[in-house]
Amino acid sequence: MLRRLSEDQPEEFSFSNRNLKWAKAQLKKYPKGRQASAVIPLLWRAQEQEGWLSKPAIEFVANFLDMPYIRVLEVATFYFMFHLKPVGSKAHFQVCGTTPCMLRGSEALIDVCKSRINGKQHSLSADGTMSWEEVECLGGCANSPLVQVGSDYFEDLDKDSFEKLISDIEGDKSPVPGSRIGRFSSEPSNTTEKYGRRKLSNENASIERYRD
Amino acid sequence: MLKEKDKIFPNIYGFHDRSLKGVMSRGVWVDTKAMISRGSDDIIKTIKDSGLRGRGGAGFPTGLKWSFMPKGTEKPKYLVINADESEPGTCKDREILRHEPHSLLEGCLLAGIAMGCSAAYIYIRGEYVREREQLEIAIAEAYEKGFIGKNACKSGISFDVYSHHGAGAYICGEETALLESLEGRKGMPRMKPPFPAGAGLYGCPTTVNNVESIAVVPTILKRGSNWFSSLGRKNNHGTKLFAISGHVNSPCVVEEEMSISLRDLIDKHCGGVTGGWNNLKAVIPGGASVPLIPKSVCDNALMDFDWLKEQSSGLGTAAVIVMDQSTDIIKAIWRLSKFYKHESCGQCTPCREGTGWMMRIMERLVKGDASVDEIDMLIEITKQVEGHTICALGDAAAWPIQGLIRHFRNEVEDRIMNYSTRKTVQAAE
Repeated sequence: MLRRLSEDQPEEFSFSNRNLKWAKAQLKKYPKGRQASAVIPLLWRAQEQEGWLSKPAIEFVANFLDMPYIRVLEVATFYFMFHLKPVGSKAHFQVCGTTPCMLRGSEALIDVCKSRINGKQHSLSADGTMSWEEVECLGGCANSPLVQVGSDYFEDLDKDSFEKLISDIEGDKSPVPGSRIGRFSSEPSNTTEKYGRRKLSNENASIERYRD
Repeated sequence: MLKEKDKIFPNIYGFHDRSLKGVMSRGVWVDTKAMISRGSDDIIKTIKDSGLRGRGGAGFPTGLKWSFMPKGTEKPKYLVINADESEPGTCKDREILRHEPHSLLEGCLLAGIAMGCSAAYIYIRGEYVREREQLEIAIAEAYEKGFIGKNACKSGISFDVYSHHGAGAYICGEETALLESLEGRKGMPRMKPPFPAGAGLYGCPTTVNNVESIAVVPTILKRGSNWFSSLGRKNNHGTKLFAISGHVNSPCVVEEEMSISLRDLIDKHCGGVTGGWNNLKAVIPGGASVPLIPKSVCDNALMDFDWLKEQSSGLGTAAVIVMDQSTDIIKAIWRLSKFYKHESCGQCTPCREGTGWMMRIMERLVKGDASVDEIDMLIEITKQVEGHTICALGDAAAWPIQGLIRHFRNEVEDRIMNYSTRKTVQAAE
């Protein structure tokens, strides 16, 4: 798949103080001289900070790790989780479309994306707040179909619950991640009650977490 | 059904206390020091005797793999945990990472010390952000308590555990691609030999194991190899996490005894196939890469490595994808072809080009827009890709199509006939 950098690029990039401190700590995980190992986590944190991965961010990470620009560009274009152009400012919906999800109705979710966000994936909605893409297996197949938004999985979806999820995010509500049919995790749905329903964690679904 | 007392992962769904105190009350990090002091040879021998086979898909005996690690080298040695769970249908390691991470960490320590490793890297797929957070909390807790780090569990041995993550590349589940990625490069598999045990991470001896393979180690050491090998059929021992998805009434991840019958697995844990057992069409028993088995085979299927291999399929990661009669099976397999095309790293020509060819022919077969001899052509392409690439992704792309044609050739032919008849009728009108 051809992946190119966006034509519109910001002037510059640098890590926030918090992320800079975090990045320096990451280097301690790897032996001396092997700091290149940290390239994916650092690029990922840059993306979490900005919402997407710009050319200045790639160059910043290359300088930080003392790597040639081309090596970091290679990594940024190889791995599909790096967004090389801006995504929706409120949410980027990553709809799993691989067979296990397809068998349980992911095509209906993709239709919702097409009608409510943009007919084409990787394109912004009219107001720029949302975008979507069809991704390959997210590894939550026992809770399919599912959608990833930011760091969170929204599971056991159908057309209606997905429409509601989009509306909630549109309305700046923070929907609780996880199952949409009341499951706690991947237990058989008829056993949830047996174990007693637990309160789901109230993590925010957006990528705001790592912004200062 | 597997008895509650024989479960290795009592908290797989996360219902019980997940704090360190809760974890320890279930036996994790208890007596770890005593297990370490049994010594490297005894630990490896116990794992060998238990018959544990790798849970990542290939089913290679774990103890044997460990014994390949050279002894007495000057270079550091590494244990790398493959938590890049991306095989479609597979979602078992996710539950270990987020709900039983301490079992994995204790396993890392024991396996790592047995092989003389200085550190373990756990490579998690990038999408599992929350799972990684849970794992990192567990790592911090284990360091704080002195279970890992300098003088781990007061054993006098230093052992570090680090988490690392990818960014959405299926190929990084291949062990040498994973190592490349961990070194900060594109995830492109390496030529073998040298195998990782000789030259792996940073050129040092390395063993790469699946999450589940390592997370079961402490329990095997605690309860003994005899207990583990008493479960399941010969050569297919122990318990296994099964992930069941697709057309069942309640999809789930469940720990069961190896060699359980497919029908029991689906009926007892998943509320049965939607519309009943007779509504079953086919099952992919081990994740996307293994060929499907039709209902006639499913009727007697045992879920273990050897039984499924005899049916030209495989247990793979024990990710069971169930398809009922309503399934457009050609389309289901086409979607897997699309997956492999998307995920081919592009290094080897047969795979880079072949996955695209296979996907495009499959795309036409879904509509029926093909001639019947193209079915054989498609099979020939799969044979040209299979076995001609550095890693097994080419094979994995070929097998689902071969399985489809082997068992549902009639359906593919019918669709081609229907399409051409419809076209002729349209032309006549």
